[in-house]
Amino acid sequence: MTASNPVSEETTSRSPLWLATWTLAVREVVRFLRQRSRLIGAIGQPVVFWILFGAGLQGSFAMPGSEGADALSFQEYFLPGVAVLIVLFTSIFSSISIIQDRNEGFMQGVLVAPVPRSAIVLGKVLGGTALALLQAFLFLAAAPLLHFINLAPEMNLNLSADCIIAAVMFLFWISLGLTALGYLFAWKIDSVQGYHGVMSVVLLPMWLLSGAFFPGSESRWMSLLMSLNPLTYGVAGLRRTLVVDQQILSGYPSMMACVFVTVGFAVACLSIDIWITRRDPAVAS
Amino acid sequence: MSSVEVEQLEFRYGERVALRDVSFAVSAGEVFGLLGPNGGGKSTLFRVLSTLLPIQKGNARVAGHDVANDPDAVRRSIGVTFQSPSLDGKLTVLENLRHQGHLYGLSGAKLKQRCAEVMDQLGVADRAKDFTEKLSGGLKRRVEIAKCLLHAPEVLLLDEPSSGLDPGARHSLWEILLGLRNESNVTILVTTHLMEEADRCDRLGVLDAGELIASGTPNELRCMVGGDSLLIQTENPETLKAKLQEQFQAEVIQLGDSLRIERENGHELLAQIATQCEGEFRSLTLGKPTLEDVFIKLTGRDLSAGEDA
Repeated sequence: MTASNPVSEETTSRSPLWLATWTLAVREVVRFLRQRSRLIGAIGQPVVFWILFGAGLQGSFAMPGSEGADALSFQEYFLPGVAVLIVLFTSIFSSISIIQDRNEGFMQGVLVAPVPRSAIVLGKVLGGTALALLQAFLFLAAAPLLHFINLAPEMNLNLSADCIIAAVMFLFWISLGLTALGYLFAWKIDSVQGYHGVMSVVLLPMWLLSGAFFPGSESRWMSLLMSLNPLTYGVAGLRRTLVVDQQILSGYPSMMACVFVTVGFAVACLSIDIWITRRDPAVAS
Repeated sequence: MSSVEVEQLEFRYGERVALRDVSFAVSAGEVFGLLGPNGGGKSTLFRVLSTLLPIQKGNARVAGHDVANDPDAVRRSIGVTFQSPSLDGKLTVLENLRHQGHLYGLSGAKLKQRCAEVMDQLGVADRAKDFTEKLSGGLKRRVEIAKCLLHAPEVLLLDEPSSGLDPGARHSLWEILLGLRNESNVTILVTTHLMEEADRCDRLGVLDAGELIASGTPNELRCMVGGDSLLIQTENPETLKAKLQEQFQAEVIQLGDSLRIERENGHELLAQIATQCEGEFRSLTLGKPTLEDVFIKLTGRDLSAGEDA
């Protein structure tokens, strides 16, 4: 090494946004793949829920608007809900990793680098989104196969290329929205324990009230909460892309509303993330 | 030319003043040590210089760039290691370096070359494929420093680089740091609360309770303590202190069970105390003043006393 500065002469004052985003996102994915326990936590529990709730609630579940031989089984109904639960768990794990990065000093190392602050948000959130999307997709692809080992009933799903692409798009925006929402909480909370509180009080109820687990109720306040919950529109949109018989979904938000709310929610959360990260003067303390 | 210039810097966490009117300058190629107890303001000063905390009052320039107005230029010219490790344990040494390089806009062949260079410099090339969580404390610290050298910074800011290292690893770390300075004229600003490390710096600043109470070369600082330093260990410090003050008109500093006296021709006093206070002390030591003595003289406290804070 010489006294002159061969490296920084060639580069501009700031590292390119995409390179920093890319390296932070790749790190998320590599770390995840190297921690088996996270994989089991994020995908195992929802699958177990799906099988057990599906078997247990099969007799007592009746989807409004579908009766007789064409009736939607609970596991068919629950399928998009479980995919979203996988997304939710993955986003929770990535949010927790933000808290850990900050406590361990990794985040300080990133913050003193000349990277645009938005790259820190985008890297974290897109890395988490990629993981969530991948797992949810694998689940949706593999779940119907459980029928062959008698762990699930036969499923009548729409598997045309169009629908699969639409389902993946929906999963992407849901993942982006939930991961960005998780970042928002994680940025403000300094302990993993504190984050568990948010998880139980905000994130899990949000999932329960999204139509993922049960299709609404007679109760006025619950219907109101469900219609105000942005995740309701994500779950409904995903359900619309998967179900063959759209008739039974007549009480659900329209596809337009689903797309609009889901994308809007993700963009809003991401913008707030970038905003709070930029204006935080003592992010490392 | 000064690599680091700090003028009348002040920082408060709410009501608590962490830095009060701190001014100093570090020339290019100098190893400057910030000495002080934990809680003295070293880490706050560090965070301000590394752009993690805003400048509330005063000025700071690093490598010619204003910290408040041009943080990105400052970030590009500094390599920083913090007390808490910034390595990702789930990544290998090389992956950690590559990741760091990307954050500084390096990629491709250039990045590959720089990774090889810094791993050679820090002697970790043979561990390139090891996960960093499996490395010893000393090796981790070296990778950490390799990481912050990757973009060839002009100024290194190292916050307690040898904390948690055994004396052997600490020694080799300092050999590396001084080697770096000699080879590439990089400026090194280092915090420490260990005297033996402070002795290796070109110049020192003593930071206590947010104020820079002294600065100079280690020798200049030692000269602030006149003559010799006498250290007396005793079971009854109070009684002996009173006696010494009365009999020898000595200025006695008491720290727990030990008493310290500064005196020209300390050996004469030593002989007198040895004969006249026989049996009242456990040990009696005479030495040239150390930086520890300087710190005690300046603050009236032991350097390690602030450690619980």
